Amino acid sequence: MDSAKREDYIIRVEDLVVAFDSRVVLNGVSLNVRRGETMVILGGSGCGKSTLLRHIIGLRRPESGKIIIKGRDITQLDNEELSKLLRKVGVVFQSSALFNSISVGDNVALPLREHTKLEESTIQIMTKIKLDMVGLAGYESFMPSELSGGMKKRAAFARAISMDPEILFCDEPSAGQDPIIAAGLDQLILKLKKALKMTIVVVTHEMASMYTIADRVIMLRGGKVIFRGTQKEFKASDHPRVKQFIDRRPEEYSEEEIGRYARALTSNSF
Amino acid sequence: MELFFGSIGRRALDFLERIYFLYRLIVDSLYWTFVAPVVGKGLRVGSTFDEMVKVGVSAVPIVVLISLSIGMILAMQSAYQLEQFGATIFTADLVAVAQTRELGPLMTAIIVAGRSGSGIAAEIGTMKVSEEIDALQSMGFHPIKFLVVPKLIALAVMVPCLTIIADFVGIGGGVVIAVFSLDLGFTRYITRTIFALVFKDIVAGLIKSFVFAFLVGIIGCYMGFKVEGGAEGVGRNTTQSVVVSIFLIILADAFFTAIFYYIW
Ligand SMILES: Nc1ncnc2c1ncn2[C@@H]1O[C@H](COP(=O)(O)OP(=O)(O)OP(=O)(O)O)[C@@H](O)[C@H]1O
Ligand SMILES: [Mg+2]
Repeated sequence: MDSAKREDYIIRVEDLVVAFDSRVVLNGVSLNVRRGETMVILGGSGCGKSTLLRHIIGLRRPESGKIIIKGRDITQLDNEELSKLLRKVGVVFQSSALFNSISVGDNVALPLREHTKLEESTIQIMTKIKLDMVGLAGYESFMPSELSGGMKKRAAFARAISMDPEILFCDEPSAGQDPIIAAGLDQLILKLKKALKMTIVVVTHEMASMYTIADRVIMLRGGKVIFRGTQKEFKASDHPRVKQFIDRRPEEYSEEEIGRYARALTSNSF
Repeated sequence: MELFFGSIGRRALDFLERIYFLYRLIVDSLYWTFVAPVVGKGLRVGSTFDEMVKVGVSAVPIVVLISLSIGMILAMQSAYQLEQFGATIFTADLVAVAQTRELGPLMTAIIVAGRSGSGIAAEIGTMKVSEEIDALQSMGFHPIKFLVVPKLIALAVMVPCLTIIADFVGIGGGVVIAVFSLDLGFTRYITRTIFALVFKDIVAGLIKSFVFAFLVGIIGCYMGFKVEGGAEGVGRNTTQSVVVSIFLIILADAFFTAIFYYIW
């Protein structure tokens, strides 16, 4: 990687190592995201995708490694500077993480109310627009507990983009959505990318969604990046795990393994 | 052997980590309460008032009810002893002093620990479990400023206020017994009460209640932030917050009572 090109990367993760107690979850993950591109992170359940996102937005400090956002290593920033940097970052959490004690509209308006000096009427209008974008027009006064899981996810999406962030992180945005809404969210991501030149990082399991939105793809497994490249390269990859993912083949076990598993099960007294 | 020392080491580390977390919580809370508003980082006034209503105003009925009972109990117990000396009028002294110096602040703090301390732990714990705290942080908000400071200020203001109410109502409970059962006469009892109470008694009680408020708030928040593992963890830590704060309230009470008795 020549140094001239390094400047184009809005997010750089270098040799990230993350462990919970003594269990290593990410073991030397590196990735680069260019300004304005959409990067999709794939990987099996529990392989550490959410953990990776949580570290990139500075919620937890890694055991080692660098996380450089817009040229600044966030592992070295103090709270103050990190919080400033985060105002230009939107996050859709896997569990939506709406504030349950305030209405959907207030959820979306909260960042605007706290971080900007906009007039209340302007904030109301902006909130409406954002909710409209995710197909939740008219739901301002609903409480999060009155929404379905999929609607919560969309409300979280609206909240994440309320400050028009430069970078948007989405943890499985289309999980729990019907195909029409899921496709709508994909279109929304494309629109945000085009209109607002947002850099977008999406964790997903949906291959269809990945094919629609991804500029580049990364696949995690066993704490490492086992694939990185464009969609085309992904489809053409002959990495067995990548192929397995594309073909949706289950984990294969030898008869011996199955036998061992069965014995372990039956000998285990519950 | 190695396993043994290993587990001791881990426990010690774990313990130190907790102490450090508590220390950070207290230091950050003080910073965001006293320093941040001055240097222009703001204070969430709106939610502070909301919390005051939750912690204070809505606790008034239960505080009144319990203080009234306590005042009556105190009066009857005192009269039971004083009757032997034909000195039932001193019931007024005993009720007034015990209520303002001791039972007013203590009972109020215990009620608040049960009502609000547990509520705080549950609220913050639930927010932690549902990633709401992470969301706050990811939006560039400081959880201490957002969640902890409004609650602490509300407690620090409202618990002493509730204690003053408890003092009055407790003395009122004494009056009820004195007038209807001891035949002491309303004016006589009140005059005696005013004569017996010194300013110091009330102030000592209020200082205590302020400390108790801080304990309830910090323990509630600490237990909330320490929740791990879903709804079950929330339940566990909520209970813990009540047990620990009541324990610490009583320890602190002993400490301050000793100070007021021997030194002040
Ligand atoms: N706070 C934590 N404490 C201990 N272990 C954790 C913690 N958070 C995550 N882990 C572990 O880290 C691993 C990765 O978790 P993570 O949530 O990142 O998976 P994921 O790839 O997002 O999975 P999914 O697709 O199911 O959301 C898991 O094995 C999990 O047990
Ligand atoms: Mg996940």
